[in-house]
Amino acid sequence: MSILSKDESGMNKINSKVPAGKLEEKWSTYKSKVPLVSPANKRKLDVIVVGTGLAGAAAAASLGELGYQVHCFTFHDSPRRAHSIAAQGGINAAKNYMNDGDSVFRLFYDTIKGGDYRAREANVYRLAEVSAAIIDQAVAQGVPFAREYGGLLENRSFGGVQVSRTFYARGQTGQQLLIGAYQSLSRQISLGTVKMYNRHEMLELVVVDGKARGIIARNLLTGKLERFGAHCVVLGTGGYGNVFYLSTNAMGCNATAIWKAVRKGAYMGNPCFTQIHPTCIPVSGDYQSKLTLMSESLRNDGRVWVPLKKEDAEKIRKGQMKATQIAEADRDYFLERRYPAFGNLVPRDVASRAAKVECDKGLGVSPTGLAVYLDFNAAIQRYGKSKANVLNLHNPDDATIIKLGQEVISEKYGNLFEMYEKITGENPYETPMKIYPAVHYTMGGLWVDYNLETNIPGLFAIGEANFSDHGANRLGASALMQGLADGYFVLPYTIGNFLSEEIRTPKIDTNRQEFTQAESEVSERLNRLIQIKGKNSVESYHRRLGKVMWDYCGMARSEGGLKQARAIIRELRKEFWSDVFVPGTTDEFNPELEKAGRVADFLELGELMIVDALNRNESCGGHFREEYQTPEGETLRDDEHFAYVSAWLWKDLAQEPELIKENLEFENIKIASRSYK
Amino acid sequence: MNLKLKIWRQKSQNAKGAFETYQVNANEHMSFLEMLDVLNEQLIEEKKEPVAFDHDCREGICGACSMVINGRPHGPNKATTTCQLHMRFFKEGDEIVIEPFRARAFPVIKDLVVDRSAFDRIIQAGGYISVNTGQAQDGNAIPVNRDCASKSFDAAACIGCGACVAACPNGSAMLFTAAKVSHLGLLPQGKLEHTSRVRNMVKQMDEEGFGFCSNVGACEAECPKEISLENIARMNRAMIGAVLTSE
Repeated sequence: MSILSKDESGMNKINSKVPAGKLEEKWSTYKSKVPLVSPANKRKLDVIVVGTGLAGAAAAASLGELGYQVHCFTFHDSPRRAHSIAAQGGINAAKNYMNDGDSVFRLFYDTIKGGDYRAREANVYRLAEVSAAIIDQAVAQGVPFAREYGGLLENRSFGGVQVSRTFYARGQTGQQLLIGAYQSLSRQISLGTVKMYNRHEMLELVVVDGKARGIIARNLLTGKLERFGAHCVVLGTGGYGNVFYLSTNAMGCNATAIWKAVRKGAYMGNPCFTQIHPTCIPVSGDYQSKLTLMSESLRNDGRVWVPLKKEDAEKIRKGQMKATQIAEADRDYFLERRYPAFGNLVPRDVASRAAKVECDKGLGVSPTGLAVYLDFNAAIQRYGKSKANVLNLHNPDDATIIKLGQEVISEKYGNLFEMYEKITGENPYETPMKIYPAVHYTMGGLWVDYNLETNIPGLFAIGEANFSDHGANRLGASALMQGLADGYFVLPYTIGNFLSEEIRTPKIDTNRQEFTQAESEVSERLNRLIQIKGKNSVESYHRRLGKVMWDYCGMARSEGGLKQARAIIRELRKEFWSDVFVPGTTDEFNPELEKAGRVADFLELGELMIVDALNRNESCGGHFREEYQTPEGETLRDDEHFAYVSAWLWKDLAQEPELIKENLEFENIKIASRSYK
Repeated sequence: MNLKLKIWRQKSQNAKGAFETYQVNANEHMSFLEMLDVLNEQLIEEKKEPVAFDHDCREGICGACSMVINGRPHGPNKATTTCQLHMRFFKEGDEIVIEPFRARAFPVIKDLVVDRSAFDRIIQAGGYISVNTGQAQDGNAIPVNRDCASKSFDAAACIGCGACVAACPNGSAMLFTAAKVSHLGLLPQGKLEHTSRVRNMVKQMDEEGFGFCSNVGACEAECPKEISLENIARMNRAMIGAVLTSE
């Protein structure tokens, strides 16, 4: 059955294959009815998994356990380096261990609302449903989650919700969960069910008779192109935040794998939905290579402010005044002022925009004018007094209060404070942190149906690489949840839906013409990059692209700006292909060549993000179009015209991409305006 | 600040390497790797080959960055990876010597990039708990003593960078292996396989060509995550137990 059909007006309609039935029964019914593959047949079926982050490693390990022949790829030197490792704060799960009224429905509801009503109900409900099992699995693997004194699991609270459902392992939750998945993967590698390919980068998807049947990967050590065939291909290759050059992503994070799929006809879902995280260490110079996140958990105790007076802000920027010299009455705690109900804990998109508004008014506090304060003084005082009380000190002096308060803060956020000091050289216990929003996550990604399958049969996308669960804004501690849900508990079932039809398909022959052609295309492209021998470094183009994306397709977007940006990117792309300099050769270890290929792909993806942002004439979540805002400057959604997922069919650079809509229907949640006031 | 860099350049694993000297102009706000980025931009401009080095997250957690700076893995600062080292700790006119991690089990791939896949194979030999997806009972069904969980976490904080091996005069991987043995062995979930885990991981460690431990302690001193030597003692106890008991 084709995935597309025509609606009454002749528009293409997309089939998301959501099973019929009541929301809370869909997944269990699906699981009991999905066709199975017998163990004897599983041994004959090859699965390629690209990426070894939470989603990829969890999927590869779980599919190996089931008995499939898994071939797993990473461009890193070890699967343990994937950028999931850097996630700090925690992972959500509807366990209700805290007895505070949490439930599967509430997690589902918070996620849909947090995403500004732009996610698919059935997928999000399933995510909430499997969330509890993720914690169980991680504990069994030996993930050292935080514990109460009684030995049971501890929870904390995160932005945009009213329950405590976030499980955590100090400030290194991502690291510990990834190590758990990596260990499971390692076990399967030792058992021979997973064959691991380190330092291999996927550079092409091979489609045979309309189905995804393999990849072309470059062995990064030798430069040799290698062909790999399989009955299906799974991409768990992460997000594309590095299109902005500066982001909290790792240096190597890239969109190449998903972009190759898009070029082969896979739909790209909601590419303009990107998450700008409010609390990052600000940019300090042109040489800067990446930005560092300060966990959202800090907003539990930190208060965000700027000087009320422009003169003060100016003096601070020139280094003539310090934050601590500004009187309480001369400070504007703008999040508390604008959003009294949620205060400093409003969702990320809201907090980021508010910081930008203040800096645009000329109230920013770093030499660049792009920073606001995150101040722990009030919390230090509060904790200090309470601690003094516990210690029976009833008339403590100020110094004692501060000392005790700092100790409490250090217990809670010590590692983050240290990291801040390492990078900036300033002591955040004494002077407020300076923070500014930065690109952090991409909600958009490959369009997938309920099976996590793209519109190319046999091509699956999991984790941040797909568009599925977060709508227009992701809530804190939900990325880890989604990556692991997809990898451990969803894909292992849904992949059977496809593979049960493939048990008669013999091993994929990589001598087929489709593989030969794909390989020669990759080789040609690599040679072209080397042979340009232009003037400018790859890095310089990436930096310029990032600036255009940030200025026009970042925290605020407008029709005029986006159109201008599109023209600039086209010019930039032309210049790249005629004037870039890539040293070395194709047949050796050549990190510059790797980077060149990734930047070339960003130069195409960036344009599609702009096309999508131009099409979406509304503001929702992280997508803020200046033309569409309320008189108070909040996002103004247009549910009548834009309650859909944009799935883009990319054709080639000469043609306009085609928009296919997946209409979102809300049957279980009443769609409402999203207020945190 | 103007700096003189002496960097180990080596075209490939079997090529002969040598130090080369470069001048670079950095400023105090840069990270060490950003200073190398500046050098590489400079080299590319001169149509020369940039210096290859492993790096990724640049926030001290992925374990990709390595290199020995002025004789110390990850440079002069305590509990700091190379990517988190900032140039304000250097001064005008400094000469900085940069080399790859050197150990028999970590062959050089190119310049400052080494092959640390031996670590993966040690984990594959037993650094896991044998539980399939879906087999787990409720997370709270296994209470874990808070101190045990905390000690286990201290060991689990290892980022697998290999500084311990590079620091050790014997090129031993005891601290890395012991950290994993402690992480899992201290938890009730991991106790069941403790003995076989130790035996298998140590065997693999030896096969990879890592040296023996002679209690120098350089590994602990240079570990960017401050993994404690206690873990080695714990593993040695377990190893003695494993050797003395029959299967």
